[in-house]
Amino acid sequence: MKSAIIVFPGINRERDMAIALAQSSGQAPRMVWHKETDLSGVDLVVIPGGFSFGDYLRCGAMAAHSPVMRAVHEHVARGGYVLGVCNGFQILTEAGILPGALLRNASLRFLSMNCHLRVERSDTVFTGQYQKGQTFRAVMAHGDGNYFASDATLDRLEAENLVALRYVSPAGDVVPEANLNGSARSIAGIYSPNLRVLGLMPHPEDLVDPLMGGTDGKPLFDALAAA
Amino acid sequence: MVKAVVTVMLKNGVLDPQGKAIAHALGTLGFAGVNDVRAGKVIELELSETDPAKARATAEEMARRLLANTVIESFRVSVDA
Repeated sequence: MKSAIIVFPGINRERDMAIALAQSSGQAPRMVWHKETDLSGVDLVVIPGGFSFGDYLRCGAMAAHSPVMRAVHEHVARGGYVLGVCNGFQILTEAGILPGALLRNASLRFLSMNCHLRVERSDTVFTGQYQKGQTFRAVMAHGDGNYFASDATLDRLEAENLVALRYVSPAGDVVPEANLNGSARSIAGIYSPNLRVLGLMPHPEDLVDPLMGGTDGKPLFDALAAA
Repeated sequence: MVKAVVTVMLKNGVLDPQGKAIAHALGTLGFAGVNDVRAGKVIELELSETDPAKARATAEEMARRLLANTVIESFRVSVDA
């Protein structure tokens, strides 16, 4: 897949994301500045983490209205793939591409630590190289990762099997101690109805090389590269 | 020239940990009887529009599209001519 990483002012994880994508696909992704308007020829748009626009007003609120976002909406409308990580997930909810919102962590603490994620379905382009129900380690680095949506939206996400990943204990159990940011129903990531857009708060790109302390996130990028 | 003031608050039912932290701090400062605290934000808009009704309508649209995230926040607008 030809991938492009969107860079807004204040984004700081674009190079780590590029490393993860290039390592799995053998191709360097195109870096796209937020004022560009042409995403033709791109198969996968990636919105990485950071503090776009300084988190002013709300995390991702300003970025959601940047010039490049019109092209991102068009990309989504024509069935393109999108991966939004951390600030990227926040931007996708602010842009209305994914439902719900990310609130300040329930504990009010910035969480900079490992978490464990359970793969709720393994039949998507993102999770095809994991097993359904598998637990893997990922890294949290966020102050506003508390996923919120109305009960009706949460029920719909679950009924339509659009919950991608949940925070779990290392053994795979949904327990409060594993859900430190307080996300509704321990939701760490969700899909769009066509399963081509994935937003998640933790960083899979932080664990793609033994030098980083693990390769738990590598299957996600390998699956994208193989698609 | 009209000044419109948009007040944005989290909707009832949305957890407000900052409000809780503020309530706790007020308690630590010795204030009793603080039953709940919710914290929001105020955005002041100085508009060149002179008609207060049009200014209000514009401020409300600004609130819906950017200033408030209507998934989690509600807003009210006041206008000073």
